[in-house]
Amino acid sequence: MPLTYDGFKEGDAIPELEKSPGVTQLVKYAAGGGDFNPLHHDFAFPQSKALGSIIVHGRFKYAALGELVSNWLDHGGRIQKLACQYRGMDLPERTMTLGGTVKRKWEENGQKLAELELYAKNEEGKNTTPGSAIVRLDG
Amino acid sequence: MAEKIEITDEMQAAVGIESDPWPYEVTTTSVRAFARGVGYTDRVYFDVKAARAAGYRSLPCPPTYLGTPVFIPGESNDTFSGPRNSGPGVKHGLKNVLDGGTETEYLADICAGDTLTVTSKVADLAIRESKTTGQMLIVTNETTFTNQDGVVVAKQRGQGLFY
Repeated sequence: MPLTYDGFKEGDAIPELEKSPGVTQLVKYAAGGGDFNPLHHDFAFPQSKALGSIIVHGRFKYAALGELVSNWLDHGGRIQKLACQYRGMDLPERTMTLGGTVKRKWEENGQKLAELELYAKNEEGKNTTPGSAIVRLDG
Repeated sequence: MAEKIEITDEMQAAVGIESDPWPYEVTTTSVRAFARGVGYTDRVYFDVKAARAAGYRSLPCPPTYLGTPVFIPGESNDTFSGPRNSGPGVKHGLKNVLDGGTETEYLADICAGDTLTVTSKVADLAIRESKTTGQMLIVTNETTFTNQDGVVVAKQRGQGLFY
């Protein structure tokens, strides 16, 4: 069901999304996004060897935060702004938990808006990719 | 680790200069490939009928997708697929780079069938002290996406941290 402005309140949690991207998923992401940095698929690449593993694309996590918000909106509005910072590396096959809370909702110039605070936590509970979004609700 | 980073007049002169425009095509196939890469299960990003039922012209771009880089051998970056010469760079001589973050502002729907024109520029240079790496040069790039009707549909700002 598309989200409506009356369907949530400040402080509400956004239903969490879990993802455990393995090598195959990262290869699909590389093909879909056009980022073929070997650090994200080639264990023999010097930087991967130095780190002991390939790592998940920062942009994959950014896109996953986008998926989280898209799922929540269910096309009941549009994302106006989406931002994140890359604070830590994530390894393949590990579960990341994406979620967030509604920080603020308000009406401005006839538009129904909400500001979200977002996270992508690793298995140790560390938020490697803090983010934020502003969404506009249609109804 | 750089002892002291200085923003020279030459570096400052590169700020604000727009790159040559590059075409970015948005197609049903490229939207599906991106949505599949992220792991979406929402049919709106895969099935044109579902997209129309949800109020879009065609498959909408999932968030953070901004068009398929048009790869041309010899002209595009082999690793990142985008244009190799997308405007003047900032010559700082620093070897290490970290991706600081990304912010995208969406101003209108972007759907399959759109042809975007992209320009980028260095929007800002700053120096920040870091406990672990000492001084860092923060290069903020701004990329503007304009559709076939001349409407600016998105702006993206990314920060490169050089040290």
